[in-house]
Amino acid sequence: MTPDKDFAVPDTDTAVLDLVIVGAGPAGLTAGIYASRGRLNTVILERNMAGGQIALTELVENYPGFPEGISGFDLSEKMKSQAVRFGAELREIQTVTALRREPDGCYSVVTDQGTLRTKSVILAPGVEARRSGIPGEAEFIGRGVSWCATCDGPLYRGRTVAVVGGGDSAVEEGMFLAKFADKVYLVHRRDELRAAPIAQERCFASPKFEFVWDCIPRRIDGSQGVEALEVENVKTKEVRRLPVDGVFMYIGQLPNTTWLKDVVDLDDQGYIVTDGHLRTRLPGVFACGDAHVTPIKQIAMAVGEGALAAMQAQRYLDALDCPVPGAATTAGGSAAAPA
Amino acid sequence: MDAVSQDDFEAEVVKMPGKVLVDFWAEWCGPCRMIGPVLDEMAGDYPGVKFVKLNVDEAPAVAQQFAVMNIPTILAFEGGEVKQRIVGAMPKAKLVEELGAFLG
Repeated sequence: MTPDKDFAVPDTDTAVLDLVIVGAGPAGLTAGIYASRGRLNTVILERNMAGGQIALTELVENYPGFPEGISGFDLSEKMKSQAVRFGAELREIQTVTALRREPDGCYSVVTDQGTLRTKSVILAPGVEARRSGIPGEAEFIGRGVSWCATCDGPLYRGRTVAVVGGGDSAVEEGMFLAKFADKVYLVHRRDELRAAPIAQERCFASPKFEFVWDCIPRRIDGSQGVEALEVENVKTKEVRRLPVDGVFMYIGQLPNTTWLKDVVDLDDQGYIVTDGHLRTRLPGVFACGDAHVTPIKQIAMAVGEGALAAMQAQRYLDALDCPVPGAATTAGGSAAAPA
Repeated sequence: MDAVSQDDFEAEVVKMPGKVLVDFWAEWCGPCRMIGPVLDEMAGDYPGVKFVKLNVDEAPAVAQQFAVMNIPTILAFEGGEVKQRIVGAMPKAKLVEELGAFLG
């Protein structure tokens, strides 16, 4: 789709933007669609590539409008082109390192490639898979260690894999892997699963699963690729070596918010705290998507929140009774604090 | 980008004296669809490097030989040896940066 030529984001070296969105998953991209249709000068920053977690999802069956389901990758591409179409500027492979409120009430968004000045900010940085930190994990990324069964599962046709974790992700991704692998070890530190009952029933019924209870991963061994996962029984301290070609770990998620510590309120898990209108404690800074405190992590939820955050930002900007004077030319403008 | 197969991988990649960049991909892999066009473009930019793609579903033995367990994986060969391994999709600028030394 062709971007809207009549509405371009100004030169961000000199201008103060209306809105910077951090993160281009479903929440950030939806905020981008609403903001650019609302004619806010909007830049979306993404540290990887647009799409977030859904780009890695095999098939999305619970997002309305796609009765046959849609591949997560295709859905994220559609959201991306829709945001860009109305004039939001998407910058991928840019990592935000700091957010600062300036004396004039504007914000500086510092990235590894420069600083953007903006009147408002939407935080949608998402979450990432928690790493175990065991020996071999980092070494074998791409050679047997993965966090994405849906990306790599078909490469394990006829092989043996280990899935670590006992929640929905571990069980669902394990079931997906069992379509290809001959054997799936499910390694869990307790002796029962946390996953939804229907998912548990399915994996207990699968002849391909072997459950390795009360065990935590200790080390991943191999030469060119992964050859074994060593696990330790937390009760007996017994160590067991599982011969596997792949290790998939689903031991939780971490919000991408370490850079926001001391900037906005985070809960004890690191999730961004907002009020019901998605406002953080900083005026003009909103948060949405999986990285903020939310009861469920779903695309439909993230999309709704993205829309709300963008409309809140619009409302905030409309109410700024002192528009930053000379904003388009003076990077260090001296407006009275909004709020 | 030309496709190579399990049968001609040895001749088209391993036995080639020069630089060969191989894109390990599959139909079902979303990020592969993102990086494919990027590599096609780079093939035009770097005529000194041979760019080829290998469908891992059709060439499981080659994927196994080089321990390709995530795709897209890009292997950069020179004189039959793997000089660099890149896992995951990324935009062109980043890929060019990563492969800087290899592309010369």
